[in-house]
Amino acid sequence: MHIPDGFLSHGINAATFVVSAGACAYGVKRVNRTFGEREVPLMGVTAAFIFAAQMINFPVAGGTSGHFLGAVFSSVLLGPWASLLIMTIVLVVQCLGFADGGLTAIGSNIFNMGVIGALGGYGIFIFLYTLFQKSRKGFFTALAISSWFSIVMGASAAAVELAISGTSPLRVALPAMAGIHAMIGVGEAIITTAAVSLILKTRPDLVTTYRARQDRNKKEVAHEKTA
Amino acid sequence: MKRRLSDFIYIGLGISLLLALLLSPFASPSPDGLEKVAETKGFSEKGKSSTFWKHAPFSDYTLPWIRNQKVSAALSGLIGTLAIFFIALGIGRLIKRTPKKH
Repeated sequence: MHIPDGFLSHGINAATFVVSAGACAYGVKRVNRTFGEREVPLMGVTAAFIFAAQMINFPVAGGTSGHFLGAVFSSVLLGPWASLLIMTIVLVVQCLGFADGGLTAIGSNIFNMGVIGALGGYGIFIFLYTLFQKSRKGFFTALAISSWFSIVMGASAAAVELAISGTSPLRVALPAMAGIHAMIGVGEAIITTAAVSLILKTRPDLVTTYRARQDRNKKEVAHEKTA
Repeated sequence: MKRRLSDFIYIGLGISLLLALLLSPFASPSPDGLEKVAETKGFSEKGKSSTFWKHAPFSDYTLPWIRNQKVSAALSGLIGTLAIFFIALGIGRLIKRTPKKH
């Protein structure tokens, strides 16, 4: 999904850059409020894992490949704003170090995979998780569905940007991008669910969103006992 | 608790480095979703002629001085994963909560 140089117009590049930069600035503010000693090394290892996993393209139908994104994965571990910053770090290093994704399109790539993928994906996750009444099963169902959506929504945003830039009309680009990424999204859902369940099994305290729920449950129990 | 957290960090970093080293050389070489759409819908040429940043040291996940493609991909992945770990760690350290003095 990494857009190279030359696909997008200057207007789109500039507009998405402004939005992404604003989101990142606000993200830094939010992370500054919540991050302590504990979260810093977790941010490092999550970013490293996402970078490594993104290198491993898996084949999907029709001579196409896809790879893990990790936007919902890191949102569930460290919160959506830290996830946006992690995606941004990974994208900037991929762009400058590995020529993966264009420098002029960096704002769009951060927008599609960070703002839409991490923040939007997390929004869907929280909505579904609440809808499923925060059960353990509901947690994993919400995780699978929202990580699928993070890929399809990011790809659809890319299609809209391509269309506005005059590269490919929306009626061509949108179904093509959403269609292929609906398959890649299945891979995303499987990897995200597997990775998070592995961490939940070994270190449940490290999954922020799940921990928050358990803390709340504990508090409620404690409250009932004292009442 | 502190010790156990660092255990998790080492294991997580170890898994990431192994992924980069052992699996990235065997990644599917097929075009990704966007590249495929660009090919079939006829706009992939637009990207090839206009690379803006030409100084990427590991362009397309290869080390230019290593001929063996698999070794080249594995080592560039290893370098990238380690670099990302320290960059994210450094940025995290810069923006983390500043302890309030009582």
